[in-house]
Amino acid sequence: MQDNIRLLINNISVVYSDVIQVLKGVSLTIREGQVVSLLGSNGAGKSTTLKAISGLLKPENGKVTEGSIEYDGKPVQNSSPEEITRKGIIQVLEGRQEFKYLTVEENLRVGTATRWGKPYQKDLELVYGYFPALLARKKAMAGYCSGGELQMLVIGRALMAHPKLLLLDEPSLGLAPILVKEIFQIIRRINQEQGTTLMVVEQNANMALQIAHYGYVMENGKIVMESGAEDLRENPDVKEFYLGTAASGALKSYKNVKAYKRRKRWL
Amino acid sequence: MDFFLQLLVNGISLGFLYALSALGFVMIFKSSSVLNFAHGELMAIGAFLFLALSAWADLPIVLAFALTLIGSFTLGFILEKFFLRPLIGEALIQVIMLTLGLALMFRGLLLFIFGGDIHDYPKFLPEALSMQWGAIQIPAVYVAAFIIGILFLILFGLFFKYSSQGIYMRSVADNQPAALSLGVHVRRVFALSWAIAALVCAMSGIVLGIINGINVHELSSIGLKVFPVVILGGLDSIGGAILGGVIIGLLETFTGGYISTSLREIIPYIVLIFILMVKPYGLFGLVEIERV
Amino acid sequence: MRKLQFHPCGSFKTSYQQDLNIFSTDFGRLWMGISIVLLFGVVPFISSAYILYVVNNIGIYAIAAVGLNLLIGFTGQISLGHGAFFGVGAYAAAILATKGGFPFFLAVPIAGVVSAAVGMVFGLPSARLKHLYLCIATLAGQFIIEYVLVQWEGLTGGAQGIFVPSATLFGINLGNDRAFFYVIFGCFVLMTWIAVNLIRTRIGRAFIAIRDNDRAAEGMGIPVFPYKLLSFAISSFYAGFAGALFAFYTMSITPEPFNLWLSIQYIAMIIIGGLGSIPGSVFGVIFIVTLNEVLSHATEYLMNVGVSTGVAITIAPLREFVYGLAIVLFIIFEPKGLAEVWRIVRSNFRLWPFSY
Repeated sequence: MQDNIRLLINNISVVYSDVIQVLKGVSLTIREGQVVSLLGSNGAGKSTTLKAISGLLKPENGKVTEGSIEYDGKPVQNSSPEEITRKGIIQVLEGRQEFKYLTVEENLRVGTATRWGKPYQKDLELVYGYFPALLARKKAMAGYCSGGELQMLVIGRALMAHPKLLLLDEPSLGLAPILVKEIFQIIRRINQEQGTTLMVVEQNANMALQIAHYGYVMENGKIVMESGAEDLRENPDVKEFYLGTAASGALKSYKNVKAYKRRKRWL
Repeated sequence: MDFFLQLLVNGISLGFLYALSALGFVMIFKSSSVLNFAHGELMAIGAFLFLALSAWADLPIVLAFALTLIGSFTLGFILEKFFLRPLIGEALIQVIMLTLGLALMFRGLLLFIFGGDIHDYPKFLPEALSMQWGAIQIPAVYVAAFIIGILFLILFGLFFKYSSQGIYMRSVADNQPAALSLGVHVRRVFALSWAIAALVCAMSGIVLGIINGINVHELSSIGLKVFPVVILGGLDSIGGAILGGVIIGLLETFTGGYISTSLREIIPYIVLIFILMVKPYGLFGLVEIERV
Repeated sequence: MRKLQFHPCGSFKTSYQQDLNIFSTDFGRLWMGISIVLLFGVVPFISSAYILYVVNNIGIYAIAAVGLNLLIGFTGQISLGHGAFFGVGAYAAAILATKGGFPFFLAVPIAGVVSAAVGMVFGLPSARLKHLYLCIATLAGQFIIEYVLVQWEGLTGGAQGIFVPSATLFGINLGNDRAFFYVIFGCFVLMTWIAVNLIRTRIGRAFIAIRDNDRAAEGMGIPVFPYKLLSFAISSFYAGFAGALFAFYTMSITPEPFNLWLSIQYIAMIIIGGLGSIPGSVFGVIFIVTLNEVLSHATEYLMNVGVSTGVAITIAPLREFVYGLAIVLFIIFEPKGLAEVWRIVRSNFRLWPFSY
């Protein structure tokens, strides 16, 4: 089970508007049932990688120009989002893209679009089970919900689609630390109970590495480091740049010089 | 007093006619933000199709009606697929011009086939529908228009509120990228909304045709009157369209009755400008949230 | 004599001055000179009366279309009332000439100013409205002006219209087509020159900033509303000016031609020509006017054939159909308009045989 490859990205490059190259040869592997986290600073190309997988590059005038993305052994690069979502890849967009003028329950029902006409009552109960907060607000207009509720809403909405591979783009964006913890616990539960394969893009590396099995670090459109989540957490470079815990504060100035050099090596 | 009441009744019935014809327009705008200038021509196509099927081909009324609806549904589908889809992402004015071009094409075609004369349907509405209260009387057609208007309003309300497809359509209007990411078939939603809109247009075209006779010029000018109606009500609200229709209908009949018949045609537009100055998104429109 | 300039291989512009130049090479200047000489020296003498009539119409419409392109293509404010402003200009000129006894050379610019004032009134909604709401508001303006032209019989003569005396300029009677040709195209060259230069100035840059993002323009300190009004005023001035020429050219006007259909034609002209391109608006006018003429000849011809063969069908409506089809096809296949086609053709010539 652990060894089945769900998604294989092989050396892709992504170009926007035929001129701006964002990904320069990214390869990664996601195995079934795993949680994979993708770290990196702003503009490293994490979101673009997710969009390349889910087919959402097209509306933004982007394109996978080289390499291949294989999902369950079949190439899916540059397919339309309609096809890809029907294969079971669902992306949760960055920044809580709720449907403002729909109620919470209607928002959830949009998640059933990939299997239109099938019963969805059970899924609603499942989602409300994971996110009891949503049940209380189910008739409320989504535009009037708080940030935490919305994040739960968009994850729940994606769950309604029965995803085999769920792509989460910054689920912790703009949330209070306690909520972040709660959300990540639920994400872990989803992985364990539903067996959903997950890919999490995060700025909050600490959190992401706690629930992940495997991690990748991106910079400037390239993967610069990959390893098991445990190793990544212990890695001094990751510690310093993403976890924010330098080994010692005393030799700071000297360390900065070295850190700069180490950072350079990645680029 | 009787004159006043008669005008009131006429205005409300006229308003329901306008509202009915505005429904299709709102439908398209709600799902794909396209301002359809070919609206009146779509109504005319429906009306003439019904004429051809019922009067010329001599089909039974119900069958002709059903065939007309199916025909216009298909037409809307085709329109979206071949004309509107290539323009997704183009500027507003190009889309407007495209619908204007389509309007010209349809008008030319209809005039070529049916000529510019006024045609009439065979009478088929039961006279029992008409109402009489004292000196006020409501002809059968108006009652029919009223019933159809209410029926469609409820039907659409239910469709958008409870059916899955209706919710998908609203989600596309709300946040297109998010809808895409969840696998909503956005192109299908666009096509469907055009198809339904064309169907509603045909409906209202037929009703208008029963009342005034069927004439290409007449119907296309009513198509333009849809604009004050929907703007008054707010472009994206179906209930607003009904209310806007009634307001415009009342305005027209009262101006026609008390002031002058020539001012009647223009009064909706004058009121429109004033309302827009005070409430730029109409009376019930959603205020657009804009960020730089 | 200064050094002649040719197309450099690459972009070697070193100052804003160079970037703002209208002609990047002396060849451009040369061609422009040659075409002006051809226009004034040759065209009026070789063309038949009918062709000259068509060419004159093109000139009049081109002035108005350039104005509309300033508004839609450069300031981004959609107006569906340009035909009405054209009509206001025509009526203002006619009334000035008949009732006020103004001479031709005064009546035309004053008509432009009147039209500009009316345009500003109907541009007022642009303070709060944008996009399609503004578009509908100008549509309302179109209908209101049409109504006033028909109903204000004391001033406009109602549906009968007004007869305009033939124009005289410096004692020369402009009653014939050839004399009027010089007036129209003199004005055309002048107005186009003003328009081309206007968009290089502070005002033009403000217009473009408002088109691209009015909120951002406001944030940069551009007073958005006054500039929008200014744009409406300039564009209606162009329309009114052209309308006044039209009134003097046709010598009798009725409210009939200044309907919504004319406004739609103007928008079609600038879209087919190319939004935000002054030469484009001229191309668009040439295309639409020629299409109109060709179609009316074709229908006439076919009608005659129909009569002679006994098939009495009216194909006049088909004209509308073809017209609509042309617009639709143009928008689907070449949304950037004729200006873009022209640019591609020209650069193909320039770069031939190496297309890079």
